[in-house]
Amino acid sequence: MHDERADTRRLAVTAAQSEDRLRGGAPDAPLISSWLHIGADGGVEGYTGKVEVGQNARTALAQAVAEELRVPMDVIQLIMADTDRTPFDAGTFGSQTTPIMSRRLRTVAAATRELLIERAASHWQVQPSTLTALNGCVLDSQSGQMISYGTLTQGEPLVLPYRQDTPLTPPQEWMVAGTSPPKVAGRAIVTGQRRYTPDLIRPGMWAGKGLRPRALGATLRSLDISAAQTLPDVHVVRDGAFIGVVAPDRARATEALAALHAEWEQTERVSAGDLFEYLRSHPAPPAEDPARAAALHEECGSVEQGRNAAAHALRRTYTHAYIAHAPLEPRAAVAEWTGDQLTVWTGTQRPFGVRGELAAAFNLPEGRVRVIVPDTGGAYGGKHTGEVAIEAARLARAAGRPVKLIWTREEEFTWAYARPAGLIDVESATLVDGTLVAWECHNYNSGAAGIRTPYAVPHQRIVFHPTHSPLRQGSYRALAATANHFARESHMDELAHHLGRDPLQFRLQNLQDERLRAVLEAAAEQFGWEHAQPGPGQGIGIAGGTEKGSYVATCVEVEVVPASGLLQIVRVVQAFECGAIVNPDGLRNQVEGAIIQGLGGALFEAVDFQDGQILTDRFSRYRVPRFADIPPIETVLLDRQDLPSAGAGETPIIGIAPAIGNAVFAASGVRLRALPLVPDGRVPGVAGGGT
Amino acid sequence: MADHIQLTVNGMQRDVTIEPGQPLLTVLRDSFALTGAKIACGEGQCGACTVLLDAQPVRACSIPIHAAIGKAIQTIEGLDEAGQLHPLQQAFLDHAALQCGYCTPGMIMSALGLLLQNARPARDEIIAAMQGNICRCGTYPRIIRAIEQAAGELRVQKEGAHHA
Repeated sequence: MHDERADTRRLAVTAAQSEDRLRGGAPDAPLISSWLHIGADGGVEGYTGKVEVGQNARTALAQAVAEELRVPMDVIQLIMADTDRTPFDAGTFGSQTTPIMSRRLRTVAAATRELLIERAASHWQVQPSTLTALNGCVLDSQSGQMISYGTLTQGEPLVLPYRQDTPLTPPQEWMVAGTSPPKVAGRAIVTGQRRYTPDLIRPGMWAGKGLRPRALGATLRSLDISAAQTLPDVHVVRDGAFIGVVAPDRARATEALAALHAEWEQTERVSAGDLFEYLRSHPAPPAEDPARAAALHEECGSVEQGRNAAAHALRRTYTHAYIAHAPLEPRAAVAEWTGDQLTVWTGTQRPFGVRGELAAAFNLPEGRVRVIVPDTGGAYGGKHTGEVAIEAARLARAAGRPVKLIWTREEEFTWAYARPAGLIDVESATLVDGTLVAWECHNYNSGAAGIRTPYAVPHQRIVFHPTHSPLRQGSYRALAATANHFARESHMDELAHHLGRDPLQFRLQNLQDERLRAVLEAAAEQFGWEHAQPGPGQGIGIAGGTEKGSYVATCVEVEVVPASGLLQIVRVVQAFECGAIVNPDGLRNQVEGAIIQGLGGALFEAVDFQDGQILTDRFSRYRVPRFADIPPIETVLLDRQDLPSAGAGETPIIGIAPAIGNAVFAASGVRLRALPLVPDGRVPGVAGGGT
Repeated sequence: MADHIQLTVNGMQRDVTIEPGQPLLTVLRDSFALTGAKIACGEGQCGACTVLLDAQPVRACSIPIHAAIGKAIQTIEGLDEAGQLHPLQQAFLDHAALQCGYCTPGMIMSALGLLLQNARPARDEIIAAMQGNICRCGTYPRIIRAIEQAAGELRVQKEGAHHA
């Protein structure tokens, strides 16, 4: 059946998007119909380019619409991350869903509500100010008349600009936002009915596989496809640098892949043991990769002058290994060509970015490419790029039928990009009374996120040095803020101990940022920092920080077994503040999850590689946190209803590593300056501990 | 050569033609479109493909199909009854014991295997039984609470049935 209304809406969206492009691709389509549709039956569709990857965006954004439109949650269905149906969006990263997308949907919903009230007012010939919106209806409380939104719209698209300055309901008056409704579509998950990309089936679909060299950066020397070509129903595809196979099912594709004989030329032969020397000695030429983060050099005051006036100075280097995202749902795509129209279903955080990659790869206008992102397994910053989508599309084109490509676990570990490794030099200076006067920080390779100190220091030099990375690297939850906070908060702890000061008091003394003070104090109070009396082999540590507009402080108690050096995390208390809380239980879930994921990178996760080949190529060789690794965790959420809501998926991960490292020092006197802290579970240098 | 075999999946006899040597997971997903058991690690290390074979949790990615012949295969799709969620499924929702949900069916099936053997598991017994299941989103504490709630719920149901 032809749905004219859907066509009208789609045209409106397309027109709005063209307009957006003219204005530089900003995701601010001006028409209500681009964002919301109210059916004649009162059902509400919301359209957003954001992706649900477990962070609960589907629920939290529906709450935003429900709040301002004054409709129940269960009439709302969000259409997410479909480039043909949703307004342009740069991607689901950078903790932007709550501060930007949620705010936009709230504004559109509030403007729509006001528009519907005006329509009802003119229908009844009364003043709009006498009417209220409630439960999907406009109500005239004087006459008792009521009219539903569906009756007011007749299901026609609202192809009208929305008032961008429509006032929003303040958090103190929230009815739906600020609560923890059940996760939207949770039932489909627990019954096994949700279809993630690897679960999709298209008529006539076959399975693909890609051929990979063992070493990164290797180039193909020779390829013999004769054996593979003799197999029935097998296509061997060579398209640019990509080599792959297509067969009726995954087992036969695997067999065909094994029948390919390739020889590779390896160029890079770096090993994990040489990494930090390598990074220090391989600055990236600025033109090497325009997508790489730009260098950063900031000066404030004169660090030399600050050091001259100081009583104490300290210079230390901190390192961190590459780590893998290791998402349980592997990167996957289903590609289908209809003539020169391409549709790809894929689990990516950047549907429009991947559409652009596909259009470029196949020399198509973007209008001929549609990317649809089914609700996706956790990505943690790892699913930004479109390689798997492009590969599936190449295979589908060659085979002349839909093709599903699911990266194997080995491809996930050896071919996907990793969180950058890096090293960070910190040089600080303090006065006799503990006042910080100079702070110099140099990050090599891992990035500039979270590199600026939140402490009040008059003389600063902050530098990020991009370097050539021997492993493929990219985005990871909180980016380099984890590494930069590990360096800074470990260093602050070292300073406190040098000065004989309490680590919490030393921080507060040098801190003017009230929000960071508040989380440090809240965490310390809940933890019982002030009155803690650790026994022999026990220690407590604290760390705090801020990134992307939210604030975190973490207290940890550890025990280091003297005979063996075994490290036990006894308990964790973390305070978090991200402005007005939109969904308290969803937030708590994010904060707990970030701590637990952060435990892996803090304690034992590291990509190991030798002569340019990744050795940690499966879960049995790459340890991630499991049930038995999880200490008791308490979270303290500070609800600042006077502040705009910020994102919370990333920042809660940055406190755990330095807090543990600082607690280990307190317990054992051993200062650990490398992440992961205890790859074999033991504190090096303690009797019996590792080396 | 393709084999014709008969399997019992979620209480139903199913005839299927398969290539020998395939893992159970492939047959469940490709022949029966039961995609609740997930493709994740391929080496029995993460638990996302867990199903029950004669009430024992197994990793379907690492079990050859012939090992499943003559046994009762239970998948997440067979857990709810007439639209009524199993207490484990309900408990996972009640505790929001999931984020992206990709590990969830495997978690629930592993937990079911535990509760069928041990109606009153202590916390360390839950941890030991679930140690082979990975949740990268980090919802472990919630999953433990959900399993404890479901265990209590199932004991009450059983006592109710006993007294009825």
